[in-house]
Amino acid sequence: MTGSFVDFIWLAPALALLGFVVNATIAFVRPNAKTLVSVMGAGVLLVAFGVALAVFSAFLGLHAEAPVVFRYWSWIPVGTLQIDVAFQVDQLSLVMLLVVTGVGSLIHLFSIGYMKDDPGYARYFAYLNLFVFFMLVLVLGASFPVMFVGWEGVGLCSYLLIGFWYGDAANANAGRKAFIMNRIGDFGFMVAMFMIFWATGSLDFGTVFEHAPTALIPGGAAVTIITLFLFLGCTGKSAQIPLYTWLPDAMAGPTPVSALIHAATMVTAGVYLVARCNLLFAMAPISSEVVAGVGALTALFAATIALKQWDIKKVLAYSTISQLGYMFLAVGTGAITGGIFHLATHAFFKALLFLGSGSVIFAMHRAYHHTHSHEDAQDMRNMGGLSRYMPWTTTVMWIATLAIAGIPPLAGFFSKDEILAAAHARGDVQPAWLVFWGFGLVAALLTAFYMTRLMLYTFYGPNRTGEKEQAHLHEAPWIMTGPLLVLAVLSAAGGLLNVPELFHGGARLQHWLEPITRASATLIPEVHPSASSEWLLVGIAVATAMIGIVGAWRLLKPEGLVPARSAPHERGFARVLLHKWYVDEIYDALFVRPLVWFSRVVLWQEIDQRIVDAAGVNGAARGARALGWANRWLQTGQVGTYVAVFVVGVLLVLWRALG
Amino acid sequence: MILQFFWIFGVIAMGSALLCITRKNPIASALWLVVTLFSIAALFVLLDAQFLAVLQVLVYAGAIMVLFLFVIMLLNLGRPGPSDIKGPLGIGVAVVLGAALLFLLQPLTRTTLPSAITLPPGSVPLLQEHQGIVGSVAYPLFGAYLIPFEIASVLLLAAIVGAVVLAKRKL
Amino acid sequence: MLLGPALGISAVLFTLGVFGVLLRRNAIVIFMCVELMLNAVNLTFVALAQNLGVGGQVFVFFVMAVAAAEAAVGLAIILAVYRHKQSVSLQNMNLLKDG
Repeated sequence: MTGSFVDFIWLAPALALLGFVVNATIAFVRPNAKTLVSVMGAGVLLVAFGVALAVFSAFLGLHAEAPVVFRYWSWIPVGTLQIDVAFQVDQLSLVMLLVVTGVGSLIHLFSIGYMKDDPGYARYFAYLNLFVFFMLVLVLGASFPVMFVGWEGVGLCSYLLIGFWYGDAANANAGRKAFIMNRIGDFGFMVAMFMIFWATGSLDFGTVFEHAPTALIPGGAAVTIITLFLFLGCTGKSAQIPLYTWLPDAMAGPTPVSALIHAATMVTAGVYLVARCNLLFAMAPISSEVVAGVGALTALFAATIALKQWDIKKVLAYSTISQLGYMFLAVGTGAITGGIFHLATHAFFKALLFLGSGSVIFAMHRAYHHTHSHEDAQDMRNMGGLSRYMPWTTTVMWIATLAIAGIPPLAGFFSKDEILAAAHARGDVQPAWLVFWGFGLVAALLTAFYMTRLMLYTFYGPNRTGEKEQAHLHEAPWIMTGPLLVLAVLSAAGGLLNVPELFHGGARLQHWLEPITRASATLIPEVHPSASSEWLLVGIAVATAMIGIVGAWRLLKPEGLVPARSAPHERGFARVLLHKWYVDEIYDALFVRPLVWFSRVVLWQEIDQRIVDAAGVNGAARGARALGWANRWLQTGQVGTYVAVFVVGVLLVLWRALG
Repeated sequence: MILQFFWIFGVIAMGSALLCITRKNPIASALWLVVTLFSIAALFVLLDAQFLAVLQVLVYAGAIMVLFLFVIMLLNLGRPGPSDIKGPLGIGVAVVLGAALLFLLQPLTRTTLPSAITLPPGSVPLLQEHQGIVGSVAYPLFGAYLIPFEIASVLLLAAIVGAVVLAKRKL
Repeated sequence: MLLGPALGISAVLFTLGVFGVLLRRNAIVIFMCVELMLNAVNLTFVALAQNLGVGGQVFVFFVMAVAAAEAAVGLAIILAVYRHKQSVSLQNMNLLKDG
């Protein structure tokens, strides 16, 4: 109890849960009460954001050095293990709280317009509120198990929302794929949890990080294995190599879902986990190198795939995977602030990109609906020249594109630059990081290129949607465009959160997160890059981005595009990129098919049918029947038989007695 | 001398018993059983249990077997009819079990009693000299074994009542 | 001196009794074989009474009394059953089977 508004932190998740309960009830009882659902669904989020702001300002007033932990009740007391339901309010969780509730509210408002005509309106908002509840549990949890409850919960909601239109089997399959791949990661998380308890005797963040320096040998096998398993969980949840293939498929869900879950919040949970456990990762340099390396590689790899995707949401999905790679590169290098900074700015501009594309898809759907056409509303080859019809959307999308490309003074520039600078600086001490920096730089070039390509094909050039559809293409309602404007402002100005000293800024986020990173700072190699080399890096980064944008603008010809239906098949390397380097096919051959074969042939036919069914269940029945048949001969009702058995018994007794 | 007599009567007993159980006619079986009982009575005499020998003839052969014959006659079973000996399977089982039983009992015949409880040889005839032949049985019977004696009389009463009730035509 | 042969004869008589019980179907004949078994036991008691005291002979007394009672009651039962089944063959005394 702090005696300030911070005590009311429980209100934020509670409100989301209330929204879920009310909307779920409405979904069952009166699914057509759309106004009530809109008010409840978006309303609880807005109030939760208000609560978050109030808690934030109260926390500022507390000047607390240590995290404020609220224990609500004892959940699992077993022997030496004591797990409580507890929330932790500190600098890191507050940042996440504000991002989740803030961006979440905007996306809820957008959804009111986007999902207006959907029959599952109430169900949608119920799931969305439930997701926010679990996400808040995740970021506010004061111990690994509580965080894991949120971790699993958001996975569940992701599954529910990806497969929202479950009538189409492909959507249900996408939801299932996401859930199963997450599960593989969750296994890693759980093993890490068990090892953490075994090493430190507790699972509360405070206790674990207090005991870790003494309970675990820095650089030793235990801490390395723990962190590697934690990272396995992160690759699942945050879609890094090798567990990323679910995220592009997750685009089957409604676009606001893609914005909220698969761009701004859920997929960042892995970054949050590494940031929270930054001490452990600092104690395990090998794991940190793995994290940074996988992040850098994923950033580059996903960017190459995005170059050749035609579905507008798939481009953004691979872009998300790529940007998450940057965040892991940051936290792997020990630049926690950089990772969290990019998490926040990415939430702004990626949500903006997704919602903007949502506006586009909304308009395309409406146009096709009017002409009863069945073309793909998400394929860029069916778009073109939309800037004439949707000027506001075009403008905000440009702001987001420049932000993600890293053009100053927009938000993405500051966050991405900080990451690349940290990687390069570490390269002085550990050469591998120079390779990572190189990957990041090439990925930045590709990012600028494919984002410009997206803008070019969607908004410029001749319109390929069709003569009749053009009459129906126009801007989305203000309930949808409004949040886009707010996000555009944030994408533009978000950089102010952490302007580095190089630009005479206050580096506010870095100072804010200092208590979180203090313990690990001593374990990370010290680097002191000179100001001139820093300016040089900035110049290289900006130049790379400019080359990407201008190159795309010059090289790509939207006039040469044909609508998707009659588009020619890709050939050669382009085909490899379009088919995502055939990773899905490789996974299918390597893992899925053998597993399915094993399940069907060995486990089902052999073991289940032959052994358990035939020998076990039926065999027991047959055995019982045989025993009964055998015993029948003893109960004939004939006295003579009984006498004979009697005599046999007497003989047995005699034999034992005289034996 | 006694041993020879013992064996003669023993063989007669065993032989007549064998004949008893293998005759088809129940009356023949009963009569052979009577022969067996008489031989056993003779064996009793040779074993210094003269009183019991007389009892055997009076009660067993005289009363019980007569009862048997009464019932057989009453049920008209004396006539020749279908054989009541079991078929080959039954004979086989009986032979096997009988042989097993004999095999198991056989070692008992060579038991040596512990010397701590054996009385010196000739103690029973000595007792009979002192108390008389009947007295040697009567004194323990009405002395140490009085209670079983009384209970036996109640048992006989119960048997009488039971037999009468069971055999009545209408209860 | 007579103990061994006496016990031997007794064992044989007992076995013949068991053999008879297993061999025959006529209830009365089976009963007679049971009496044979009892007599074999009597012989054992009397044989051992020579070495162990006159209590053996007293016990034979009781056995005879019980045998008499048993014979009376048993034959009464056979009579009662004969009235129902018109037969004393053991094959027909199977009321425990199939109700």
